[in-house]
Amino acid sequence: MLPFFLRKLLRLILVLLLVAAATFLLLNLLPGDVALSLLGNEATPAAIAQVRAELGLDQPLVLRYLHWLIGLLHGDLGRSYITQVPVMESIVDRLPVTIELMLLSQGFALLLAVPVGVWCAYKAGSRIDRLISSAALLLLAAPVFITATVLMFLFALKLRWLPSTGYVPFIASPLSNLAHLVLPALAIGLSEWPPLFAVLRADMIKTLQQDYIALAKAKGLGPAFILLRHALRPSSFTLVTVSGLQIAAAITGALVVETIFGLPGVGRMLTGAVYNRDMMLVQGCVAVISVGYVLINFGVDLIYATLDPRICR
Amino acid sequence: MTKASAALLDVTGLRTRFHTPHGIVQAVDGVSFSIQRGQTVGIVGESGSGKSVLARTIIGILAKDGSVTTTGCLAFEGRDLLKLPEREMRDVRGKDIAMVFQDPMSSLNPVKRIGAQIGEVLKRHLGLRGRAAETRSAELLASVGISLPAERLRQYPHQLSGGMRQRVAIAVALAGEPKLLIADEPTTALDVTIQAQILDLLRRQQLARNMAMILISHDLGVIAGRADAVAVMYAGQMVERASTRSLFHSCCMPYTQALIRSAPKLPDPPHTRLRAIPGRPPDMLRPPAGCRFNPRCDYATDVCRATQPMLSAADADGTHLYACWHPVGGHGVLP
Repeated sequence: MLPFFLRKLLRLILVLLLVAAATFLLLNLLPGDVALSLLGNEATPAAIAQVRAELGLDQPLVLRYLHWLIGLLHGDLGRSYITQVPVMESIVDRLPVTIELMLLSQGFALLLAVPVGVWCAYKAGSRIDRLISSAALLLLAAPVFITATVLMFLFALKLRWLPSTGYVPFIASPLSNLAHLVLPALAIGLSEWPPLFAVLRADMIKTLQQDYIALAKAKGLGPAFILLRHALRPSSFTLVTVSGLQIAAAITGALVVETIFGLPGVGRMLTGAVYNRDMMLVQGCVAVISVGYVLINFGVDLIYATLDPRICR
Repeated sequence: MTKASAALLDVTGLRTRFHTPHGIVQAVDGVSFSIQRGQTVGIVGESGSGKSVLARTIIGILAKDGSVTTTGCLAFEGRDLLKLPEREMRDVRGKDIAMVFQDPMSSLNPVKRIGAQIGEVLKRHLGLRGRAAETRSAELLASVGISLPAERLRQYPHQLSGGMRQRVAIAVALAGEPKLLIADEPTTALDVTIQAQILDLLRRQQLARNMAMILISHDLGVIAGRADAVAVMYAGQMVERASTRSLFHSCCMPYTQALIRSAPKLPDPPHTRLRAIPGRPPDMLRPPAGCRFNPRCDYATDVCRATQPMLSAADADGTHLYACWHPVGGHGVLP
């Protein structure tokens, strides 16, 4: 277990270095200048040069990168170019909102995908299976901003069941917190469940043709027991993989959804930071997101080991 | 008839049809036989002759989605299993009738411990759970010749060899104390050295429990010393049925004769050519008219190509039946 863990840790560090380097390069290739967005279009070249010097932007790219890396090792992600607030602080402030949103949306997606996937695999080829599969394909094609807008229009503006925008911390009022997060999470969840459903259904259909399922039937076990206790676990490897990737990729959904529903999460902060050329903030967000990404995949590997005893060898 | 009333399982005119996109496949086509308590009936035939479908029809585990239809009568202790509601049939499966599958590599669930796979039968049919189920599972494993049974219960199938897994599969089948065990090619996937061990184990368990057994194989050698009666299947039909002794001494159906001849014999000098049966089993979507074996039969005549032979008796008491226009071995006229 320990060497396994160390290997994963080493990979995490490598991934981080690469991601940080790539982000540095990409953002510096983008047109635009943070000094210009700070001072406005009327700024004199002298003023711009001064601001650039203050922010350390006049230094070579490699030096800035190394400087940032050394800070990272101390848990310091630098200060925002615009607000001068430590990046770490801003992220720690907003991260809980995004994590809650990602977990809730993935929870919705799984809650929908697993029972429906199992049922459709059991009834594969039937009319209801074909109907649900087509509906899933349709939802897969619907971009998240459409689902988000439709949900908001329906449940917040027309029916007035749920608030349309805003956020209340969980500690302040758990119920109100959930009320604000249900629609955004549902919007992401609805666009995330079709792939989960599709892979589970396909794997489950294959599993149901296995001899050990025939043996389970020959034991006199009922269909519910066979589906859930015999077939689900060996059918869920792809599901877990896709789910892990989705939780991590949900950040892209969060960028859009947090902006639409006015949630103060990392996604919305990142969107703003990119517009403002606030390199330090973008860099920090990307670093945190990539750590999360690798950690989630690490968690997926651990889940594999519990799902299939053959992996532990 | 006293014999019929004492039968544990009486199969009459059993037909199983698969409705495929290409047409209807008659996988089992009018099969009749019966089996007494404690008796072994061997079923032989080539791959695709319908042996496994017959087994799965008897235990009732074919798809229930309308793609398979079954007709005929399957009287088990007087009850027609085909008319039994699925819920009641579930009480029969695993308890009255159990099954051992061909490949122990795929018939045990790879992600469940051995103990759980035996335990669920004990819980389902005998109401045993907890320590009682564990003790009973260990006893079952010990009875099928597995060492350190208590430790094996905590292991997964991949930690055991093929022969051991088949022993576990047999323990699973025996857990519900069945009256009838269907062994569907139980040794085909195993090493030759293990085959005899597994077959002997099945025989011992059968005698100890006075359990009836349907032993399915494509290998007459497997059946020869172990079955009381043998049924030969070809293209979904039962073409010959007799006591084992009678079948080997005086088979009537040319197909049976060809099966017996195609087995390698020890006295043969090395590199003797095996007497394979020419041709291939028929396409079950479009089986040949008349006797289904006629395209591959040395004795086939016009009547074989036109009319299907019915089962007829070869001996006075009607225990040896065959379906052939030109039976071999002195029971009929040779061409």
